[in-house]
Amino acid sequence: MTYQQYPHPTHGYPASGESQTAPVVAGWGDDRSASWDTPTAAWTTAPSRARVERPTSGEHLLDVRDLRVEFDTRDGVARVVNGISFHVDPGETLAILGESGSGKSVTAQAVLGILDTPPAVVRGGQVLYGGEDLLTMAPERRRQVRGQEIAMVFQDALSALNPVYPVGWQITEALRSRRGIAKADAKRRAVELMDLVRIPAAAQRVDDYPHQFSGGMRQRVMIAMALAMRPKLLIADEPTTALDVTVQAQIMDLLATLRAELEMALILITHDLGVVADVADRITVMYAGRVVEQADVHTLYGAPAHPYTRGLLASVPRLERRGQGLHSISGTPPNPIAIPQGCAFHPRCPYAQQMCRITEPTLLRIGRLDRASACHFPPEALDARHA
Amino acid sequence: MARYIIRRLLQMVVTFIGTTFVVYALMFANQNDPLQALAGDRPVSDNVRQVLTEQYHLDDPFLVQYAYYMKGLLTGDLGRTLTGRPIGDVMADAWPNTIKLALLALFFAALFGIGAGLVAGLRRGTVFDNTTLALTLVVVGLPIIVLAPIAQLVFGVKLGWFPTTAGARPDLYGLILPALVLGAASTATILRLTRTSVAENVRADYVRTARAKGLAVRRVVSVHVLRNSLIPVITLIGVDLGNLMAGAIVTEGVFNIPGVGSKLLLGIQTEDGPLVVGFVSVLVIVFLVTNLLVDLLYAVLDPRIRYE
Repeated sequence: MTYQQYPHPTHGYPASGESQTAPVVAGWGDDRSASWDTPTAAWTTAPSRARVERPTSGEHLLDVRDLRVEFDTRDGVARVVNGISFHVDPGETLAILGESGSGKSVTAQAVLGILDTPPAVVRGGQVLYGGEDLLTMAPERRRQVRGQEIAMVFQDALSALNPVYPVGWQITEALRSRRGIAKADAKRRAVELMDLVRIPAAAQRVDDYPHQFSGGMRQRVMIAMALAMRPKLLIADEPTTALDVTVQAQIMDLLATLRAELEMALILITHDLGVVADVADRITVMYAGRVVEQADVHTLYGAPAHPYTRGLLASVPRLERRGQGLHSISGTPPNPIAIPQGCAFHPRCPYAQQMCRITEPTLLRIGRLDRASACHFPPEALDARHA
Repeated sequence: MARYIIRRLLQMVVTFIGTTFVVYALMFANQNDPLQALAGDRPVSDNVRQVLTEQYHLDDPFLVQYAYYMKGLLTGDLGRTLTGRPIGDVMADAWPNTIKLALLALFFAALFGIGAGLVAGLRRGTVFDNTTLALTLVVVGLPIIVLAPIAQLVFGVKLGWFPTTAGARPDLYGLILPALVLGAASTATILRLTRTSVAENVRADYVRTARAKGLAVRRVVSVHVLRNSLIPVITLIGVDLGNLMAGAIVTEGVFNIPGVGSKLLLGIQTEDGPLVVGFVSVLVIVFLVTNLLVDLLYAVLDPRIRYE
């Protein structure tokens, strides 16, 4: 298995206003030649990589079909994920969009197989990675896929990093314990990875602890850690939520750049429409554990085909609407223990009709191949009728 | 760090002087006639009384007496017991036994407490968890004065697995049963604390991160869960070490171990002031030093804690 070469961090990056790239050089001593893409022990001695077959042509990298996850709680069974289907192709960026509690993070954790069971139970569906179902795979084999094929960046980097170990140690932990690379090699690799995610003065900071970093830098450490095994798919679960706006933009830029350089696929989980517009290729909108709309990013922004998506788009603050009140979707997301009958969105939907209260809409293709909406009255049709 | 240690050492000096002063005052100031206590029922002649009064500085004010005592203590002269034996010799006999006993008790407490606590914390709500909870409640509820004779009767006399008493020169094997009894309460508290701590940490975000890296379960538990869970447990163990040394009076009495506890008890019973104050002074130092070591260890275990 070979990796595509990509430019050395100090020459190759588009210097898109990232002033932090400059001091990186300071961290590099005479071993500049030993760059990240130089084949050293870590990459060449890697026979332990799980033999998951490459997707044959026409197959998706990750194909989730009808995934269902429930939580057994004291108050009853919470149906958090109710038959989610989506797919990601190699090198593609998919955004999964939804409010808090819509089941985005649970979906991601179910894909990776790190849900706490109990209370969570995967009730059904398939998670096909390279054509193989992760859900029915032997646990040991599935563990091999984690981190190595599919890696994850978590939301709150402060609590997601272990407070008692240095960041460099944590970044290369998987390399040391799973590929058995030597300590000195691991440290150099850690510095390279920290340079890759543009942490200034990486060589000096490699032995620092998570609490000594700022929020944005900690998130970069998380990303470096996820990239350590060079996964083919990176799942970023609200990677910018805990950060302030300028840092958010930097982290999103970084993820987009790295995705292109490392030729990974990226699943970006977020509730922030503004974040995904520039980065995502396609968007899957979730509501109450279901997919309500799927489309490529331009179609979705241009002509949302579900009232919920429409509401989300309308609630993004815009400069040209300055002075007007902020639009919001009335009501609250449903309790996963008592999801409304019919369309889960109907109590909050301005277009709801009798049918919506009774029958659950299925995700139906609209027009183009890769565009679907789960609405009895897709707004496009609605608009046409009222016009 | 160095400044912190120096400050702590200076605080220890103050604490040490304060404690010894209180103990000294309690032992000596309240005695009606220490010489009569020394002689027991026999009358004390005036000559003897005068010599002894001078020897023990009994004519001087209390503070001066204390100053004399401290001077001796600091120059390594712990004085003599009322029976005339140098207290230094008594200590040289007693301390090794107690240290062996306490360390053995601590070893068992840490071994069983952390081991069972880890399993209980990882498998909450299982039979094992509930059984250990019930057992620890029983152990915590039973005072050592009940536990020690029962253990002696069952394991020493009936089953004959261990010697019933340790004897004048106790060997390690003879100390196992007393150590288990002495460490029983510590085992229970360490177990409960480890269980709670593990149960909390196993759901921590960084443990989820470790699993997401695809690490083996064994490594996730030992490197990420256990390491973080042990931080509060280490503190408890450090405090317990002092308690185990000072609190072995009953255990040493029941199993007839010639250690610090039994000597201290003897000193209190015979109103042997110098003996009691001497032992307590050393106990105070042991306590202070173990506490300092625990605080320093805490900073090693948790890098977020830094002493300025």
